[in-house]
Amino acid sequence: MVVQVLNAILAVLIALAAALAYFWGTNWLLDKFLKSDNAAESAEADKRRTAVRPWLFLFPALLFLTIYLVYPVFETVRLSLFNSNGSRFVGLSNYWWAFGDGQFRQSLINNFLWLLIVPALSTAFGLVIAVLADRVWWGNIAKSLIFMPMAISFVGASIIWRFVYAYRGPDQEQIGVLNAIVTGFGLPPQNWITMVPWNSLFLMVILIWIQTGFAMVILSAALRGIPEETVEAARIDGANEVQIFFTIMIPQIVPTLTVVWTTITITVLKVFDIVFAMTGGQFQTEVLANLMYSWMFRSGDFGRGSTIAVILMLAVLPIMIWNVRNANREEGTR
Amino acid sequence: MSTVTTSAPMAAAATSQDRPGFFARLRIGRIIANLALLLIVAIWTFPTVGLLISSVRDADQLAVSGWWTALTTSQSQGASRLGAASTQAEEGGLYVISGDIFTDDALALQAVGITSREPGGFAVGDVIEMPQGGELVVSEDGAYRWTSPVAFEFSGAPRVYYVASEPPVFTLDNYVTVLTTDGVGQSFVNSMTVAIPATLVPILIAAFAAYALAWMSFPGRGWLVALIVGLMVVPLQMSLIPILRLYNGIAAPFGGQAQGYLGVWLAHTAFGLPLAVFLLRNYMVGLPREIMESARMDGATHFQIFTTMVLPLSFPALASFAIFQFLWVWNDLLVALIFLGSQDSQLVLTGRLINLIGTRGNNWELLTAGAFISMIVPLVVFFSLQRYFVRGLLAGSVKGG
Repeated sequence: MVVQVLNAILAVLIALAAALAYFWGTNWLLDKFLKSDNAAESAEADKRRTAVRPWLFLFPALLFLTIYLVYPVFETVRLSLFNSNGSRFVGLSNYWWAFGDGQFRQSLINNFLWLLIVPALSTAFGLVIAVLADRVWWGNIAKSLIFMPMAISFVGASIIWRFVYAYRGPDQEQIGVLNAIVTGFGLPPQNWITMVPWNSLFLMVILIWIQTGFAMVILSAALRGIPEETVEAARIDGANEVQIFFTIMIPQIVPTLTVVWTTITITVLKVFDIVFAMTGGQFQTEVLANLMYSWMFRSGDFGRGSTIAVILMLAVLPIMIWNVRNANREEGTR
Repeated sequence: MSTVTTSAPMAAAATSQDRPGFFARLRIGRIIANLALLLIVAIWTFPTVGLLISSVRDADQLAVSGWWTALTTSQSQGASRLGAASTQAEEGGLYVISGDIFTDDALALQAVGITSREPGGFAVGDVIEMPQGGELVVSEDGAYRWTSPVAFEFSGAPRVYYVASEPPVFTLDNYVTVLTTDGVGQSFVNSMTVAIPATLVPILIAAFAAYALAWMSFPGRGWLVALIVGLMVVPLQMSLIPILRLYNGIAAPFGGQAQGYLGVWLAHTAFGLPLAVFLLRNYMVGLPREIMESARMDGATHFQIFTTMVLPLSFPALASFAIFQFLWVWNDLLVALIFLGSQDSQLVLTGRLINLIGTRGNNWELLTAGAFISMIVPLVVFFSLQRYFVRGLLAGSVKGG
């Protein structure tokens, strides 16, 4: 076991040495071979060096990005038009299959519900907690505790919540918190995980639990950035705390709210681990990412798996374009 | 500035005018804020606390009582055999069989019985007429005395049933079991093996690219930045099938394994790059231009400026990315599942936990201990380096996955 970790560290050293050798070596070569003692040619050579050097710096990163992210986008689109092992062109029939498939439509509906509920509630909770935490002396401790779920894995979080939802027969002692509360009120215990359609909601709770911390941290920073004068002025004009919150603070953090919302939206679109760990997509909780995994691995059907991936990509596309345009706008003003 | 100085006395006047009302409102607002936040924090931490407490509880106690009762004594039922007829001793004309019905000293007897239908039919200290003859008395600590004026003649020791109260028992046995027999220890090492290279390798590659995008001018730079922003949100799912086919295609002619650590390291390196480049470039752009330019004037090359000035100055951004990437890789399930496989010897922690859910779904003492082991490293990283983590967060969570 120790050998294994040492091997990993050795791999790091080799990789870093190789990267350094590449960067140092190519720069050295560039300086050596594109050099001239002649004054007139020297200017020309300088120019050429300036043109080449950025690409030396960029090359390894671009190589990785091309192989692992850019090429697969095209390849996945191509594979989605082929049969299960990629040997025969089948046109759009995988897409026709998808929209006729009950499980796919179920996933689409579920993903849509996740999209409606999780970003909205996470952002709302995050905002409320950020506002409250700014008003109490132990606010930072509270924020740390609420932020904590961000650090742990979705699988770990799923186990935590499986335990909360744990169910046993009505004649047994309930060891899940939720069922203990329910039976405490004299109601029969419920098997929350199999309770269609509410079970999807119970899975969403896990992601809300995780993402609220993220929303809170980002929004808290935004709230601190609001100029004190604007709040003070409203207070002098006789506005109460609630009015100040809705008419002075919220409008000033709308851009941050959008960023938080879209960021959580992307996370939600790709949610896989939680569903995989909690239900494996059973009991009508299937979502696109998990369905894609099933088709790819359990069924070995690369055509249909790719089709689902492409549809997922199409769902992310509007946010991607919006992000790129925002980045470009910032670039323009810089 | 003048507006501030004039508004201050006005504000003072306004508050002094309605001071009692204002203060009353303020105080009630404070109390509500405190209570509301306390409630939210309690709800948020409650599930995790439950996990932590359950992981150190005795398995038998965990199975019969909720973790919130961990500090109270619990009731347990059991049975044990009395001594056989051959163990009887004669004491002043009485035949006596004596002993202890408990093997565990911590138990305290509450009731006792001689049939399984009525395990608590008699109170402690009651004289029980035994069907085999004689009288049985059991005291609270489990010691019993079975006496008879005639010699005992029965074959097979009779059973007694009991209801006992048990004080809370805390143990680290769950951790030992889950680490060794359930393979979580091996998985911990596997997770480390995946996470260390996958965190450190992308940094240098990304830093060079980020420097080029921040401080060198060349045609197409804007496009590259846009490309990287776009790639940050590309779902990982788009990459899985082509890369897996690629790995299979490369491994097949050599007769090698398509799934392995090298493949995972490379995949994580690539998937972490867009965020790394974006984060580092944004930071490097903000470095003071004068330093760069004066260094250029002194004849320093880009390579020298990068290694001696930009890299050390960018430490906070490098740390942010490293923490973010480490947590991401450590917590990842999908990439490891596909590129490392589900062989027992190569399972990472997240994959192992999924297996445990399948095989040990009702052994909560093991599941909770396993989950906590997987959380220790992220929690330590998180609480010690929270500041860097937060910095990397905004850009970071846009990452695919």
